[in-house]
Amino acid sequence: MSADGWKTTEEAAEETAAQTPGGARREPRAQASKGTDGGAGGAVLRPHAEETFADELAALAAADDRPRPERWRLSPWAVAMYLLGGTLPDGTVVTPKYVGPRRIVEVAVTTLATDRALLLLGVPGTAKTWVSEHLAAAVSGDSTLLVQGTAGTPEEAIRYGWNYARLLADGPGREALVPSPVMRAMADGATARIEELTRIPADVQDTLITILSEKTLPIPELGEEVQAVRGFNLIATANDRDRGVNDLSSALRRRFNTVVLPLPGTPEAEVEIVSRRVGQLGRSLDLPPVPEGLDEIRRVVTVFRELRDGVTEDGRTKVKSPSGTLSTAEAISVVTNGLALAAHFGDGVLRPGDVAAGLLGAVVRDPAADRVVWQEYLETVVRERDGWKDFYRACREVTA
Amino acid sequence: MSGTGGRNGPGGAGGSGAAHGDAGPVLLGVRHHGPGSARAVRAALERTDPCAVLIEGPPEADALVPLAGDPGMRPPVALLAHVRDAPGRSAFWPLAEFSPEWVALRWALERELPVRFIDLPAAHSLAMPEPEPGPEPGRQPESGAEGAPGDGPAPGAPGAALRTDPLGALARAAGYDDAEAWWEDVVEHRTAGGPGAADALAPFAAVAEAMAALRETYGDGGHPHDPVREAHMRLRLRAARREFGDRVAVVCGAWHVPALTRRTTVTADRRLLSGLPKVKTELTWVPWTHRRLSRHSGYGAGIASPGWYGHLFRAPDRPVERWLTRAAGLLREEDHAVSPAHVIEAVRLAEGLAAVRGRPLPGLAETMDAIRAVLGDGSDVPAALIHDRLVVGDVLGEVPDGAPAVPLHRDLTRTARGLRLKPEAAEREVELDLRKETDAGRSRLLHRLRLLGIPWGEPVRSRTTTGTFRETWRLRWEPELSVKVAEAGIWGTTVEAAATAKAAADAAAATALAEVTAVAESCLLAALPEALPQVMRVLADRAALDTDVGRLARALPALVRAVRYGDVRGTDAAALREVAGGLAERIFVGLPPACVGLAADAATEMRAHLDATHRAVTLLSRPETTEEPGTEKGGPETGIGKGSPETAEEPGAGQDDPEITEQTGAGQGSPETAEGAGTGQSTTASTPADRWAQTLRGVAERERVPGLLRGRAVRLLRDDGRLGDDGAERLMGRALSPAAPPADAAGWIEGFAGGGDGDGMVLVHDERLLALVDGWLTRVSPEAFTDVLPLLRRTFAAYGTGVRRALGAQIRRGPAALAPQAGPGRGADPDDAVPVPGFGSGLDRDRAAAVLPTLHLLLDPAPPADDPLGKAC
Repeated sequence: MSADGWKTTEEAAEETAAQTPGGARREPRAQASKGTDGGAGGAVLRPHAEETFADELAALAAADDRPRPERWRLSPWAVAMYLLGGTLPDGTVVTPKYVGPRRIVEVAVTTLATDRALLLLGVPGTAKTWVSEHLAAAVSGDSTLLVQGTAGTPEEAIRYGWNYARLLADGPGREALVPSPVMRAMADGATARIEELTRIPADVQDTLITILSEKTLPIPELGEEVQAVRGFNLIATANDRDRGVNDLSSALRRRFNTVVLPLPGTPEAEVEIVSRRVGQLGRSLDLPPVPEGLDEIRRVVTVFRELRDGVTEDGRTKVKSPSGTLSTAEAISVVTNGLALAAHFGDGVLRPGDVAAGLLGAVVRDPAADRVVWQEYLETVVRERDGWKDFYRACREVTA
Repeated sequence: MSGTGGRNGPGGAGGSGAAHGDAGPVLLGVRHHGPGSARAVRAALERTDPCAVLIEGPPEADALVPLAGDPGMRPPVALLAHVRDAPGRSAFWPLAEFSPEWVALRWALERELPVRFIDLPAAHSLAMPEPEPGPEPGRQPESGAEGAPGDGPAPGAPGAALRTDPLGALARAAGYDDAEAWWEDVVEHRTAGGPGAADALAPFAAVAEAMAALRETYGDGGHPHDPVREAHMRLRLRAARREFGDRVAVVCGAWHVPALTRRTTVTADRRLLSGLPKVKTELTWVPWTHRRLSRHSGYGAGIASPGWYGHLFRAPDRPVERWLTRAAGLLREEDHAVSPAHVIEAVRLAEGLAAVRGRPLPGLAETMDAIRAVLGDGSDVPAALIHDRLVVGDVLGEVPDGAPAVPLHRDLTRTARGLRLKPEAAEREVELDLRKETDAGRSRLLHRLRLLGIPWGEPVRSRTTTGTFRETWRLRWEPELSVKVAEAGIWGTTVEAAATAKAAADAAAATALAEVTAVAESCLLAALPEALPQVMRVLADRAALDTDVGRLARALPALVRAVRYGDVRGTDAAALREVAGGLAERIFVGLPPACVGLAADAATEMRAHLDATHRAVTLLSRPETTEEPGTEKGGPETGIGKGSPETAEEPGAGQDDPEITEQTGAGQGSPETAEGAGTGQSTTASTPADRWAQTLRGVAERERVPGLLRGRAVRLLRDDGRLGDDGAERLMGRALSPAAPPADAAGWIEGFAGGGDGDGMVLVHDERLLALVDGWLTRVSPEAFTDVLPLLRRTFAAYGTGVRRALGAQIRRGPAALAPQAGPGRGADPDDAVPVPGFGSGLDRDRAAAVLPTLHLLLDPAPPADDPLGKAC
């Protein structure tokens, strides 16, 4: 039994050491080294928030005379200002990192200051990760203590793993232990981040309960424990509208304060986001740039917003909402798809016909109910609209 | 204590006229409906112990003061002043439990101290013209003065316009969005800390000082009536001091405090007041609700969170903890899992937020954020619930029975007298001819009362006539109706205004779509055009979210009737038409899937929907139809273009009267129009009628739709001439082909030809169809025949004797006389020129000419043209 157990563990050792905890740990180091020899070896593709905005953070810290919670780099007020932007007394302009309701940022920062874990919810593309990175950067000066949640995230990624070579050579001990980002955050009093919490299997999620309520992480193999020092906190992000996620147990949910990040408030903002993202994606797919497509993008965004909100942009007509999420991310993929169609099979100009099929696919997820919703929308809203005749016809063609 | 009275602020604020001995009048400048002000007022009254209390409000209400102490009186209530002969001109002074005025009133009544209202009499204020609404700095701290509800801009009602309040200006200067939050922070929370009761007057001193500064800048703040009102207040104050001595307390809007301390002469004040217009007014107490205090409901007092204010006022201590506990309790009742641990965390978050935002204690915004983030898991649903039930709240005030009659009752009595309708306990029936002015007025009044839940009259189905211009009512006045009138007084001061407000509220509260359409219809019957837009709005929203085609179909006819009715009455029915059109579109989209796989009962019900929708769509598309094909508008052209080119066979009809063309195009008996309408098959059909035809075609062709419905759809299409020459025949042949189950086929026949005489005539006139039925019937096997017999009997028994005899005669002539073959028969007549199936080819001119003299007499006195038929052909 025990021999067998060792054998399997040995096999597993190579995998785990190579993959998760070690991997998660090595990553920041590797990037840090890149950062240091950046002058010699070329800039990294995307530096961390605390590096990019180091000047602003320093200026804020200098100007900030308000009380700071223990091990916080800035006061809660200054953290909110870092995210929302503003001008410091010395004239330093702090760029806004998050454009959205002030209330949300204040609640998020206060949550962290009151020692509660923060759960950022929202559909894809609502800047959850972005906000969490900047919060961690401003609060702890380190946004790299990150666990990416996936369906295969093991318990070791949240608690600790073992360096099996050391374990075999020296026996169990702290040196053989590979701490997870969460464990290191606890020890250092820093902010840990967990991305896509609801993708993590439920049993692994629940290891967080002890960490969040008792603020300790027992290591039974060594008969020790790691106690979180003041300043430790956790920011998790989750996608609340995807299907097939592992919903949080109510015990775990209770440990979090929840902040829902809203979708872009105005059509202009959303069109801007979509066209920028489409441009980026298009470049990476070597699609020709299509400036004339802006009309079509605006149209797709309008359709998405109207169906999502259940009301037309002029606020005069209600419409039924289909079962799909209709997130900004989906709008991006519809447009990208249409762009590819236009480039490869059309004349390179994004036309209604190119996006119609993609739209239909995005809207009609449930063949019976959603189809009626979509047809009703076409007949009662799209048909009457000025300048949408081509679009209406294209949609009718693919729908029929 | 008198010493404290002496260091009361106004003295320092502006040349105190009250610094007379050691105790002048105590001027308590308040924020109306501010719980902080209310508490401070109570503390100040306790502290100074005045012998009389003066309150900003109409002096006519002095007589009503004792009612405020009645045990049956429960706030929120409002003082209502209205012009005696025009109840529509009215003003409200709402008072909530947490209103400083109410607190002062009750405080004085408990001690049996005299109370005087000192504002300008309502007799003047209601008579004065409305000051121009415009950008006004410094809100006139009118004690919640309101415009008349729903009655449009009531002349003389103290302005309902949102005026910036002076404390709001101070709050903004201090960087606050919400004046109450600022007041809480600088007054409430600061003074609550110290036990120093000696400071009870300090906030008023500070506020008075600030107001003096504001008034120096803004003068009367753009309210021309203010000097007059303040002059009156000063006069009343002087009178009170003569009567009670100097120890009087004045509770008034903070804005007025500097004016009350200004040194003026009695003569100057009198001069300001002389020559004011005057009307006869009456005052009473009316019940009020928290919802009306909140600014969501049109003419509220402009406070967004009466429930929260009430809580702040009532809570003895720890308001935030108590508030969040209440919120948790409410959420638990609604089956949200909320534990005490949640409440603890919510309190911590609220306090943390207050710290981050730099406030001494959490306010409403902080607690709501905490509720959303902790108790509600980030969702807006619990937050919305809390807002609706706690922040605004469902508190309804009560007024004792002794209060004077509400103006609504007066208006009702007056209107009824004008219409010579007497409230009688005996039941009687009246018939109203709506073409007569008085009768129309009576009908309107009765319909309005029904909307208000005052069933004086009940409509009865008329025994003598079915005309639309007649209504029969059964009238009976019962004593409890007076109570109902009093209850309805909350909706407005005149029957019309109240009914308008009630209709809008009813529509918003209705659960079923048909209820909303019913409200819309009664709005038209009761002539309440003002309510219509709101009702329509609700209706459109409901329709958009309703997924049951049956419900939509039930709602459509009433709506279309309303459209027609609106057209007849000349009211603007454009909004109605738009909504009806939208509703119809939704039915078109949803109907075909909804017809699939129905059982017999459901199919019968759906058939009724088909018929109703068909009639409604026909009505709807009758007048100008400017839908898709562009902006071309214009009578005859639209008429013909919409109908069919073939109608050109009757050139006399369409030239100058589009209605007639329309009728021929869409109505019964012009199957010639078939091909023209066939254009409707293109993907973008143009008119509602075209799209409806398309929908029907979809129903007719769908295999899994019950025979009854398919038959009905074919019939409707055929009657509209949208099936082409042999369309009906083809479909009938298919439905009655041997492979079809007999029961389904019999259902098809019932759907196609069942229902009554009119529906049976088609078989008499179209021999080919009759031949199909005949052929099918002879083919049905004996066993199956027993099964289908009830269905067939139901179909044919409904025909009148004449139709049955005609059918029998045709059948007797035998199959030889009928079409040669049952089946998908084309070629009953190979001559394609035949316009009507079943009739001979060409026109029998001699027989047709026989009708001409009569027609001629009917239409045109001039001698007949040479050969009108020749032109036609």
